[in-house]
Amino acid sequence: MRVVVDRDLCQGHGVCESEAPGVFSVSKQGVLTILDASPGDARRAEVEQAVRFCPTGALRIEENGSAAAAPAEGDG
Amino acid sequence: MTVDTALSQPPLVSGAVSPHGHLEELRRDPIELMARVRRECGDVGRFRLAQREVVLLTGAEANEAFFRAPEDVLDQAEAYPFMTPIFGTGVVFDAPPERRREMLHNQALRDKFMRGHAATIAGEVQSMVGGWGDEGTIDLLDFFAELTIYTSSACLIGQRFRSELDRRFAELYHDLERGTDALAYVDPYAEIDSFARRDAARRGLVALVQAIMDRRASSAGTDDAAQRDLLDVLMSVRAEDGASRFTTDEITGMFISMMFAGHHTTSGTAAWTLIELLRHRTHLDAVRGELDGLHALGEEVSYQALREMPVLESVVKEALRLHPPLILVLRVAKEPFEVKGYRIAPGTMVGASLSVSNRIAEDFPDPDAFVPERYVDPRAEDRANPWTWVPFGAGRHRCVGAPFAMMQLKAIFSVLLPAWDFELAQQPDSYRNDHSKMVVQLAQPCTARYRRRRS
Repeated sequence: MRVVVDRDLCQGHGVCESEAPGVFSVSKQGVLTILDASPGDARRAEVEQAVRFCPTGALRIEENGSAAAAPAEGDG
Repeated sequence: MTVDTALSQPPLVSGAVSPHGHLEELRRDPIELMARVRRECGDVGRFRLAQREVVLLTGAEANEAFFRAPEDVLDQAEAYPFMTPIFGTGVVFDAPPERRREMLHNQALRDKFMRGHAATIAGEVQSMVGGWGDEGTIDLLDFFAELTIYTSSACLIGQRFRSELDRRFAELYHDLERGTDALAYVDPYAEIDSFARRDAARRGLVALVQAIMDRRASSAGTDDAAQRDLLDVLMSVRAEDGASRFTTDEITGMFISMMFAGHHTTSGTAAWTLIELLRHRTHLDAVRGELDGLHALGEEVSYQALREMPVLESVVKEALRLHPPLILVLRVAKEPFEVKGYRIAPGTMVGASLSVSNRIAEDFPDPDAFVPERYVDPRAEDRANPWTWVPFGAGRHRCVGAPFAMMQLKAIFSVLLPAWDFELAQQPDSYRNDHSKMVVQLAQPCTARYRRRRS
């Protein structure tokens, strides 16, 4: 599983950080850093919550081996 | 086709009259004007607003280009001349995305503050209905406009400031919002009644804020750091010479601008949500069932409970789609901007019509009907159409207050609906928006009756 962020859409609300603090960190200035771009399955549930509740729809999950995988943005 | 469409101007919609083109129609019936642009011209059309050309965009492809465009290509600052007399000079209507991120943090809109806001809002609703008898009649615009003055001031400025406000602040604020006549595109200080009332209202607000500041300055102030609000902070900021850094006029302008985006928008959406629920009682029953279920679980108006209200959320989304509080968002092209094969020259205004895009039949079947079911998986028509389901805009300028607004609306109805029965006091089709100003509000009268529920 890879976490991908659309930087045009992210506004730094910090919902992802609340849901999955080991995967996402949002600075005081509202800049998102992805701490773990390829989280393991143990974190799947919380990452899915982060994607679901992201207020701007800026996050998505790409499964490993997906042929259409776009270049993931790294750790911000 | 041998025509090089990349060099052509978007087609002009019918109905331009001298001297101001489509300005009079924009002031009278903007929805029809914008719908006609789409009917006659397609996704990219053009109308005339006084001396300026406005390219009007609708549909997913054009909207995505609009909403993704960076600040140096499509700029907001010049697009809303009617806001300058309201905010005052030096307070910008909008900030670049980087600055907006910081404001999000500073303005207490971040996710981690939402839990506290949910309780604050629930308390404000309780306080408003605390004055109700067992039954009575309210004007929906007056009621929700006053309520949202209290909620937005409490959440964005602070509880202490909120506790010093009363109905007068809401009434003056309403006059400010009414001072957004599109005639401002010709002259923001034209001698018309709504502009005179606007300027008097702003002076009145400055006087109210000054009175609050005077009381604070003459009292010992609060030693309790938790009680300090944004006004205390702004009053304590000093310039290098030791004088106050901000004048009362500037502070008032900051408060007006902070509250502006979230006030008439949330107020109008709350009213339309209630109207649509009362027009469609099966949905009202479904929302009540959802709230009763959460109540049975012992969930108060908690943040987590508010997140998990799919039925109420769908109802609010559908009210937003049909009655978006902003019907048209505007920019000014700073560089040549191409969209769908048309070239837009610098200096041209570019607009996206939220009200028209929200009702595109290809994306939203039966577009004029109230159908909250369209948000249920697998239809999920909001997520499936991120560039045409646009009550909050989209992309980098999407309303940063959208999560706050959605939480607020859910909190309001979580308090109102379990305790009160409502019914429309007018013909169901008599409720409509007043589009004579750029800030859209319900046309009055817009009354509803309430009655205390027997538990």
